[in-house]
Amino acid sequence: MEAMRVEHLSYSYPGVDDTPGVSVFEDLSLTVEQGSFVAVLGGNGCGKSTLAKQFNAILLPCGGKVYVCGMDTADEEKLISIRRSVGMVFQNPDNQIVANVVEEDVAFGPENLGIASPAIRSRVDQALKQVGMYEYREHAPHLLSGGQKQRVAIAGVIAMAPKCIVFDEPTAMLDPQGRREVLQTIHTLNREKGITVVLITHHMEEAAQAQRVVVLHKGNIAADGTPAQVFSQVALLHEIGLAAPETVELCYALNEAGFALPLDRLDSEECGQALYDWVKA
Amino acid sequence: MLKDITLGQYFPGKSPVHQLDPRTKLIVLVGYIVALFVAKSWASYALCFGFLAVSIAISTIPVKSIVRGMKPLVLILVFTGVLNLFFTGGETVLVHFWIITITLEGVVRAVFMVVRILMLISATFLLTYTTSPISLTDGLESLLSPLKKLHVPVHELSMMMCIALRFIPTLIEETDKIMSAQKARGADFETGKLMDRVKALIPILVPLFISAFRRADELATAMECRCYQGGEGRTKMKLLRYKRWDMYAFAAGALLVAAVITLASFGL
Repeated sequence: MEAMRVEHLSYSYPGVDDTPGVSVFEDLSLTVEQGSFVAVLGGNGCGKSTLAKQFNAILLPCGGKVYVCGMDTADEEKLISIRRSVGMVFQNPDNQIVANVVEEDVAFGPENLGIASPAIRSRVDQALKQVGMYEYREHAPHLLSGGQKQRVAIAGVIAMAPKCIVFDEPTAMLDPQGRREVLQTIHTLNREKGITVVLITHHMEEAAQAQRVVVLHKGNIAADGTPAQVFSQVALLHEIGLAAPETVELCYALNEAGFALPLDRLDSEECGQALYDWVKA
Repeated sequence: MLKDITLGQYFPGKSPVHQLDPRTKLIVLVGYIVALFVAKSWASYALCFGFLAVSIAISTIPVKSIVRGMKPLVLILVFTGVLNLFFTGGETVLVHFWIITITLEGVVRAVFMVVRILMLISATFLLTYTTSPISLTDGLESLLSPLKKLHVPVHELSMMMCIALRFIPTLIEETDKIMSAQKARGADFETGKLMDRVKALIPILVPLFISAFRRADELATAMECRCYQGGEGRTKMKLLRYKRWDMYAFAAGALLVAAVITLASFGL
């Protein structure tokens, strides 16, 4: 089953007054399988965030179609069910928290859906436990750390019980500690609740942990495959201004100096082993 | 340092006063204010004072913090007192000096007015000290909901208040950051003439406003993503429900108003 299907999508931001709009996509096609973990990589202005906003009908295609769980995003009547199915987590946790008590914020989504009060309570408690923020349910959000705030934002999305969650650079504003917490939460959601995850990022290390990596460049798909397949195309990545994970970069540099190392070792452990094997042989 | 300010000065607690429904507190407060303005004699003032004292005692809010809250109001109190003292006519002249005449009636009236204001403010402090801003807005929304029939956007107003309360600390933090950035580049906010200082604020306000608009835009998108479509069809996690203590509070409030009005009708 596919969770999302993008068919020949074209989109351009409308221009102001007489200036021409900025075209982002011309003909993009992509499918995301249900329950999968897809990382979307790309440099600035390649259309990552624009693509994310297509997935829950914040932006609508100018041409082509976007289907989410079988629903056409252009169909206005399905708008609410689409947004129920696809949750969004944005970069800045401060700008997506609505209420000034953690649990009230998590309740915001279910309240909008018109769910009965006891059911909201249980959803909120469950969501907060899921992200490990249950002890903080009565805190004020502005007193939490960045990683904690982002986890509250994630709880707010899972309280709506979505099938997919699109993360738009959720770790860009966090310190390493917060990044670890948030990534761990995302992985748990994917593994344990079977939520389809689309993770938009520009951290190679985060993408390396996904099941599938899609590289966008100027509105087109430059590479698509497992992390090992994508990151071994180091020359291509360099050409479009990206870098592979450090381990691959190391092997690549050594290969240029005459080594013959495999380029699909994403783990430092595996990379060390490959180096050891090569030196031994 | 700017980050530590408290909003609405809510003291979290578990006393019966804290746990009262916010609507109860608002309605009883209105009743109390009515009683206070109807009161004309020492007896009715004593009743109001008793009501206030018992409420404060039950709330376990230290009297000290209520007194501390009064400090900024000293000027108003003195002003009211002095005005009433000098400009109340009467027969028993106590002091007559140049154009100033102080009568016994004036003294009594001044004391009455000051006590009335003190008691009024103490009660409102008790409300904000024992009620979190969010439940206060909830209570207001629920009390004002009949106005929805007159097309007053009650839900939208309370949503706006909620968001404003939520973003005040965030914006203060931001102001702090911008000020530090400007200071690091040599801006001077502390010295100079008033006009210079006001001018120095412009480079703080401009980025603050731009960032506030950007935040608003992002927040609106995030709210839309979470299926927000206004107040219609919306439910609440925490339903407001009157409990036993609310009944006690209503009964006490009603008794107070009735007693004071009865006393007043007897000219007391």
